[in-house]
Amino acid sequence: MSKLTPEEIARNLQDRFGADRIELMKGSVGQPWIQLAPEMLPPVALALRDDPAFQFDVLMCLSGLHYDKENELGVVYNLDSTTLRHTINLKVRVPLDHPHIPSLERLWKTANWHEREAFDMVGIIFDNHPDLRRILTPDDWEGHALRKDYVQQDFYQGIPTK
Amino acid sequence: MMELVKTGADNHEMVINMGPQHPSTHGVLRLELVLDGELIKEVRPNIGYLHRCFEKYAEELQDYAKVIPYTDRMDYVSAMNQEHGYVIAIERLLELEVPERVEYARVILVELQRIASHLLGIGAFGLDLGAFSPFLYLFTEREKILDIFEKNSGARLLYNYFAVAGLMRPLQDDFKGDVADFVTSFRPKIKELEDLLSYNRIFVKRTANIGVLPAKVALNYAASGPVLRGSGVAWDLRKNDPYSIYDRFDFDIPVGTGEMGTVGDCWDRYHVRVLEMEQSLRIIEQALEGMPDEGDVMAAIPKRIRPKDGELYVRTESPRGELGYFISSDKSAAPFRIKARAPSFVHLSMLPAISKGALIADVVAIVGSIDIVLGEVDR
Amino acid sequence: MGFLDKKYHDPNIIIVSLESALNWARKNSLWYEQFGLACCAIEMMATAASRYDFDRFGIIPRSSPRQADVMIVAGTVTLKMASRILRLYEQMSEPRYVISMGSCSNCGGPYWEHGYHVLKGVDKVIPVDVYVPGCPPRPEALLEGFLKLQEKITGETVIEDRATAVADRESSATSAGTTGTETPAERDLVPDLQAGGSPVPKTSTGDGAEAADRQDAEVSTRPAGAAGDDAPGPDGAPQDKPKSNPQGGTP
Ligand code: SF4
Repeated sequence: MSKLTPEEIARNLQDRFGADRIELMKGSVGQPWIQLAPEMLPPVALALRDDPAFQFDVLMCLSGLHYDKENELGVVYNLDSTTLRHTINLKVRVPLDHPHIPSLERLWKTANWHEREAFDMVGIIFDNHPDLRRILTPDDWEGHALRKDYVQQDFYQGIPTK
Repeated sequence: MMELVKTGADNHEMVINMGPQHPSTHGVLRLELVLDGELIKEVRPNIGYLHRCFEKYAEELQDYAKVIPYTDRMDYVSAMNQEHGYVIAIERLLELEVPERVEYARVILVELQRIASHLLGIGAFGLDLGAFSPFLYLFTEREKILDIFEKNSGARLLYNYFAVAGLMRPLQDDFKGDVADFVTSFRPKIKELEDLLSYNRIFVKRTANIGVLPAKVALNYAASGPVLRGSGVAWDLRKNDPYSIYDRFDFDIPVGTGEMGTVGDCWDRYHVRVLEMEQSLRIIEQALEGMPDEGDVMAAIPKRIRPKDGELYVRTESPRGELGYFISSDKSAAPFRIKARAPSFVHLSMLPAISKGALIADVVAIVGSIDIVLGEVDR
Repeated sequence: MGFLDKKYHDPNIIIVSLESALNWARKNSLWYEQFGLACCAIEMMATAASRYDFDRFGIIPRSSPRQADVMIVAGTVTLKMASRILRLYEQMSEPRYVISMGSCSNCGGPYWEHGYHVLKGVDKVIPVDVYVPGCPPRPEALLEGFLKLQEKITGETVIEDRATAVADRESSATSAGTTGTETPAERDLVPDLQAGGSPVPKTSTGDGAEAADRQDAEVSTRPAGAAGDDAPGPDGAPQDKPKSNPQGGTP
């Protein structure tokens, strides 16, 4: 077992799950990411966590994004292996009118609160999440604050917000 | 750990609310405690009472540099570390070189801030458990660090001192001397703290074997920093994924050994922080030696920040653990998305797992030992 | 030169007005409710700790609003927190004061523009006596705030304003009267004299007059909330409690 580059990880995954369903992408700067369809996420994540070649035992971060131009929502997962010392980023994008992504709470417990936050902030619905409630804003809050078209409500429980 | 005893029909559950304004919740944290007698069956943390819209601000300000003061306010106990993580992320995004003198100055400042943060964390932890005098002694030391910060940056708590590839203001001439003085005067105080608090019988009784966090659980919850090291895992980003110039320094990673009870209990987490202060002093001493005397710390600051498109996740070791910034850029002057991965947020999500079966008073100890800052939890 | 370093031969007496004695005692023992919310709370802690030492002014932290004279709102008040602040404020006993520490609780501070979840000034929810500007205010600034509050307390008076006093007495004569604190259960114990037969002439004895008063008390309903005159209105707007020393509110 040794440290793998993102390219090697992507090739390995393509061999297992099919080359057309796993895609390695990269911007002009920064780190590459593996783009997946939402239904591919649980099997790929499980392989990444449990396969001796990968050993991604830590989910460092999970961020929800709103791609307003494409009318899509997305989630980025940053994985880390404390044993093999390599990292990889995964990305899943879903249409705005059907924002369902399988929850990874079963694999990494830390996903629980991160997913609740992504639900609260951009409105992604994580299927099979044990407790998908708002976390930062109050339960009776309106809208998802990090959507690009978010409009702040004028009053909250009779208190002016502006 | 105690086992819950099921008592059939006599099993009475009771829900008690703690917070959001409670002296031992370290801010505005609300806990719902489900109790069976005095044993905790379940803890449900409720957060968001300090949600200050950091991520919205990061997008709305239309400028990467303007976000720096807001990173200060996330973890206000260790503002320098927050700024450090953020400017490193931007420097990687822009692929900038940072002058030597700046790197060394930053490391010194950040390590001083780590000590200041631990002093406050330990002081408040002692306060929670009824030890008032350590708090006063530790704050005296903390004020000395704040004096150094104030002399150079002009502020006591929230500095806005780090700039992309530079520092906002030049360092004072006697910066090195001040820091060296502090290091000499502070070293014996760590020993004093050990005598005053660490091996105090009452303190040990309140913390040993309480809130045990096994290493496996800690990793699954993505714990980091002193919380993970307290569980016996030698994981420190300064060594394991070196950023800035940390690979040049020689220091150890203290880990919990179960000296007073079980590995990963509250005492271990506490003691790792105490030992870490000594290591920070070592880093500071080496940095003082290596720091070049010449050089302008403000020369390389770019006038306008406009990165190419791309995404990256940059993590640094803050006093509380892995502080990550996920930044997505779309070529414009405004960040497309900045997410701060705050260690306290992750550690707090662990609270239900480690406080099951404890007593109410132990919850106070556990919350104190994971050393959360609510500004960072809620952002 | 204090009193204590002199030697007196006789027991001594100081004559002061009741008001100055009361105010002197109150201003020198301000117990504050620690309402640490955010970064400002750290500076509040620093003010209480070794170097700045609140204690020398007789200022001691209390964790319960019921034992506190003054509440320091130190930090950012979010909308989720606002109703809790109001609730804690209502639990404090009169006379109570509020010090708003830091730009955030003065007006929203750095979060006034896009902070969708931040209350733009705690005075939208509770009345504030002293505003301490700064982000965060230095410990010295907080101490200055306390000195201002002491000034305010020194100026307070226990002597009723004549006009309000007369109005108060008139209104209490018509409404609650001497038995204004009776509970409904107590009132039920009073025999209904007029319905019970033997009519008592109103002018005869003191007893009769009192009974008549009681009857009055039964018909008039006390206006709800007349006791908590400082509580904010239902819409959460602050009442017109005089705000002394608004030291400025813009960040
Ligand atoms: S005024 Fe400044 S220091 Fe105080 S709570 Fe607000 S942001 Fe923090």
